[in-house]
Amino acid sequence: MKYDIILAGVGGQGVLSAAVIIVRGAITAGLQVRQSEVHGMAQRGGAVLSHLRLSGAPIPGDLVPLAEADLILSMEPLEALRYTPYLNEKSRVVCSLHPFINIPDYPPLEEILLRLKKLPGFLGVDDAGLAKQAGSLRAANMVLAGAAAPFLPIPKEALLEAADWLSRDKGPETEGINRRAFLLGFEAAQGGTKETT
Amino acid sequence: MNQLILLGDEALALAALDGGLSCAYGYPGTPSTEIMEYLEKAQAGRGILARWCSNEKTAYEAALGVSLAGRRTLVTMKHVGLNVAADPFINSALLGIHGGLVLAVADDPGMHSSQDEQDSRFYADFAKIPCLEPRNHQEIYDMTRLAFQLSEQFKVPVMVRMVTRLAHSRAALIPREAEEQRRVSKAPDPRQWMLLPALARQNLAALLESRREFSAFTAAYPGNDLRLTGAEWGVITTGLGGNYFEENLEELSRLAGTPSWLHINAYPVPVEKIRLLAASVKRLVIIEEGEPFVERYLRGLLEIPLSLAGKLTGEVPLIGELNPDNIRPALGLPNRRGLPPESGLPNRPPQLCQGCPHGDSYQALNQARQGFPQSLVTSDIGCYALGASPPYSAIETIVCMGASIGMARGAAEAGFYPVAAVLGDSTFLHSGITALVDAVQAGADMTLLILDNSTVAMTGWQETILPSEKLESLILGLGVDPAHFHKILPLKKNLEENTGIIRKEMEYHGLSVILSVRECIVAAKRRPKGKA
Repeated sequence: MKYDIILAGVGGQGVLSAAVIIVRGAITAGLQVRQSEVHGMAQRGGAVLSHLRLSGAPIPGDLVPLAEADLILSMEPLEALRYTPYLNEKSRVVCSLHPFINIPDYPPLEEILLRLKKLPGFLGVDDAGLAKQAGSLRAANMVLAGAAAPFLPIPKEALLEAADWLSRDKGPETEGINRRAFLLGFEAAQGGTKETT
Repeated sequence: MNQLILLGDEALALAALDGGLSCAYGYPGTPSTEIMEYLEKAQAGRGILARWCSNEKTAYEAALGVSLAGRRTLVTMKHVGLNVAADPFINSALLGIHGGLVLAVADDPGMHSSQDEQDSRFYADFAKIPCLEPRNHQEIYDMTRLAFQLSEQFKVPVMVRMVTRLAHSRAALIPREAEEQRRVSKAPDPRQWMLLPALARQNLAALLESRREFSAFTAAYPGNDLRLTGAEWGVITTGLGGNYFEENLEELSRLAGTPSWLHINAYPVPVEKIRLLAASVKRLVIIEEGEPFVERYLRGLLEIPLSLAGKLTGEVPLIGELNPDNIRPALGLPNRRGLPPESGLPNRPPQLCQGCPHGDSYQALNQARQGFPQSLVTSDIGCYALGASPPYSAIETIVCMGASIGMARGAAEAGFYPVAAVLGDSTFLHSGITALVDAVQAGADMTLLILDNSTVAMTGWQETILPSEKLESLILGLGVDPAHFHKILPLKKNLEENTGIIRKEMEYHGLSVILSVRECIVAAKRRPKGKA
């Protein structure tokens, strides 16, 4: 078994936190993990890409080969589109429906969404709406981690435990918000899969 | 199983801790920064000392002192930082290293966060010291522990070369039993620590003699792994090149048979293993993360009966990072075809944060420049380098830490007017002070703008080596005229006032220094409440 993920977003959106949850969940599930992160200059509001590889066997390298990603998980619609060469017809794309506009030439959102909907296994997530419902807009990345969960080779409980662990030193209120956000994302994805499959 | 999930940098730090480290020094620089950050957090519990220094040179010299006192030491920096530390580094190869000294240097192929791609293996070779190059987390751990041992065995510094992808990758490793710290004991022979010409000549001869021992070590080291298959062609990989080759190996074996393979991870290059491989094949492909270091050795200047394919012949990309796909042409594998790329997507480059004090400083500087028919602004390395991009487009040069001041002085002395130099507080303390002394002495006609955000922001908000309040007395102490020294507060509401001050000082024919002080907004948010 191997499962390769491209995590995309903009610096500051919590891409790495989402990655940490999947990594920790995967370890609990007995998988091997390699996760490549971006630090330094690129984090300042720029496009951020993280390669996350899970496998039952040793993983030789940190980077996902082209055409072999099982999933793009993107915090932002435009950012998901950058990495289509990593996809094949059986891949999935789980992506926020809300743009992060910090550049003057951001294309019209409808055009971006139209292009996204043509991608295989596309699931758009109202992460902001669900995060607000969970108690804080800042939990949008947790919603997206939850929305990716049904597709991952990791039991939901292991991921939820990892989400709890990540929030633990931020106080019980944040822990509760993050847990709700994760679960709302999970439910939304399950509804979504029924529609798309 | 005692498995830990760590960043590559953290794996290196842990290995140093477990290897009996006493003191670690460094200067922050992507992708090396997290080594010291891990040690800083661990230091209280493990009874060690981990300190950021003014620059890589002072860090390296502190490490030399630890070795002289008989204890194990680690010094960390990014690849271009080694340029700054090159003087003590190269000379230290001639010393009788006492406590193990390991230099962890992190290269940045692909220039994710750097101004060049220089491959530090050339530096190790230049200094004539051993270099170890891990390609996964267990190797980082094991080879860093080994590096301390080799350093004491051979009495030279040992380099561990990291690269961005490894430094910033998270994966598992299994640590081993930790060693005790060494006791303090002065190096026995001062002749091995005084590089007077007469002594240095002897030490150089001794180093060249030791180099045979290094070579004997790398020849026998199992990490330099040769697998002969009897195929007519072979592959030599180094660093992460080995990982990407392995990624393709199954497919390659299925389609074209398994080539012979030598992976090199310890230098000096294992000559015998290379000769054994070369004797068994007609064609060699060389895949190296970084510059064509081994490949240049192999090619030399004279014709050889072997066909070599690599970076120098274009089969492997000469610049940028390797990946599992861009090495496939060299292996004769077809390109993997994913979905087509989406066209016409705008780039999203990094930029100054909303509300960043640098933005306000640059706005004032840009307005001040409008009063002159022409002007020149030199700058430097740090978050403020993002002022090169729109909407500011405020700076015109970025070369190396501290260069802005010296370059402004030179441009002014060449006759250009007006010239301003812009750099941050940490860059100023790293390499700007000496250049400012020069400018004061020369009475250079230039305006220096120090953007003091009270942190080393770009690399992750490390503490600046001197607190903000000490900068003013430092600058005035260098001999800057107090009448042409100003402290400004970069805020929107002060824009006109700040513009006026900068313009007035640019009009002045002499040296002016303007200290623009406001804390980085991200650092302020991260600071524990109540701590100034």
